[in-house]
Amino acid sequence: MLAASGSSVDAQNSVKMTVDGASKFYQTRSGGVHALDDVSIKVREGEFLCLLGPSGCGKSTLLWSMAGLHGLSGGEIRLGSEKITKPHPEIAMIFQEANLLPWRNLARNIELPFEIKKQDPDRERINKLLKRVGLEGFETKYPRELSGGMQQRASIVRSLAVNPSVLLMDEPFGALDAFTRDEMNLLIQEIWMETGKTIIFITHSISEAVFLADRIVVMSARPGRIANIVDVDLPRPRPVKIQTTPDFLDRVEAIKAMIDHRPS
Amino acid sequence: MDSALQDKIPTFGAKGQKADVSLGGGMSSLMSGPSRSAFEIFIIIMVAVVIIGGTELAIRLLEVPLYIFPPPSAIGMALVTEWPFLWPHLVTTLCELLIGFSIGASVGFVLAAVITQFPFAEKIITPYILLLVTTPMLALVPLLVLRFGFGWEPRIIAVALASGPMVMINSATGFRRVDLAKIALARSFGASTFQIFTKIRIPMAMPMIMVGLMVGSIFGLLTTVGAEMVGGAEGLGNRLNYYSSMIRMPQFFAVITLLAVIGISIYVIFFLIGKKWTSWES
Repeated sequence: MLAASGSSVDAQNSVKMTVDGASKFYQTRSGGVHALDDVSIKVREGEFLCLLGPSGCGKSTLLWSMAGLHGLSGGEIRLGSEKITKPHPEIAMIFQEANLLPWRNLARNIELPFEIKKQDPDRERINKLLKRVGLEGFETKYPRELSGGMQQRASIVRSLAVNPSVLLMDEPFGALDAFTRDEMNLLIQEIWMETGKTIIFITHSISEAVFLADRIVVMSARPGRIANIVDVDLPRPRPVKIQTTPDFLDRVEAIKAMIDHRPS
Repeated sequence: MDSALQDKIPTFGAKGQKADVSLGGGMSSLMSGPSRSAFEIFIIIMVAVVIIGGTELAIRLLEVPLYIFPPPSAIGMALVTEWPFLWPHLVTTLCELLIGFSIGASVGFVLAAVITQFPFAEKIITPYILLLVTTPMLALVPLLVLRFGFGWEPRIIAVALASGPMVMINSATGFRRVDLAKIALARSFGASTFQIFTKIRIPMAMPMIMVGLMVGSIFGLLTTVGAEMVGGAEGLGNRLNYYSSMIRMPQFFAVITLLAVIGISIYVIFFLIGKKWTSWES
């Protein structure tokens, strides 16, 4: 609907992004931090992958490295066969708390990536996206005039406007109230189903991960490691009320147990 | 300059409900726009009339000698009668201020932008900037006069030296306000260092840059007038010396009035620019 949607059937098994033995150390005032320890993930084309873990488990470090914003101490990240060492036009990042520029109105915020790439903004695509997320008519509003949910919807439009094939989302809805969060989760599921983007989504909410993901990469902290990878084969589209079904709650409990029972 | 700075900010301010800009908080109460009622305007005018009229009356009743404090009417008359002789001096003062401030402010701005990128260099340079900020540049004028004579050069140099460090120190504060997430955002779209500077760092620093420009220009005005008094054959500062030595107090106060108008105009100009460019910051 929004873009050439890659047929999810034949793409099911092709690998979109590869994290290969990623390790990251860095120095702080209080000593060295071992943020990531030999993390390997194969992200499938068109997949919705959630990185789930407690704070300090290195999931943000991993995501920022996948965006080409951080270097790794060891290992590598590839998009297809291309090594990611700097930001890539096929990969767009959605940040915590929307990260809109407060001195620009909504329209000019969305034009930012085009300005940076020295391209003319794709008005048709932008208008379609704005309409899709329900922000039509708010183009002249400034970020502080918009609610948190609207701001995050604007940032989703900003990222999708340049039509990347991979969306990296760094706890995008963490600061929203529960009601708005459900709404945003539904929206991102719909957008994902319509566009066939590959989405890698960070969260520390187990139920958010189970609601959204095809696969959940459960991580443990200090050093950041993969504890488990869980498939979520709930049928789509998943309605908000699925979160109260016994099957859903069982899955959440199972993951919770995994995290609780890991020796640290 | 970044096109982001030309943002039209149509909604705020126009409603008269926006929060104060970081600079000129006092001004916004005077200039809150259309929300001001006719009654408020009436009161403002009445208070001004009462103050000026009261001064006039008090001076006449107490028979204060003209050479101590002339009544407002005499000052007004002097302004009108001396205007043909005063305006060339006004132009001189404004030119010196404009040229000196432009040089000082540009150097200060560029230095702030460069220096904040290198924390180590910043540590080395900051004490010297503080020295420039705290030392009255007027003190240098006699020295500059020895080198350059009584022309405009010493005054322009002094103005640049007085306003530049003010602009620099405030802009540097602005440039130090880094928001890593916003820089990462620009980088994630492939922004170059220069694009990050023009699209993120400058707009982010703009409120403090505006404060620096305002303070720097007021300092520039003070230094211009002072330098003209110390070492100048022309300009409003020179006129102050001239009229006071002749004990022509109404004319003296007419010059003071002109200087006050310049100062307030500078304030208003930067207040309005600041309101337009920095209203996003609440």
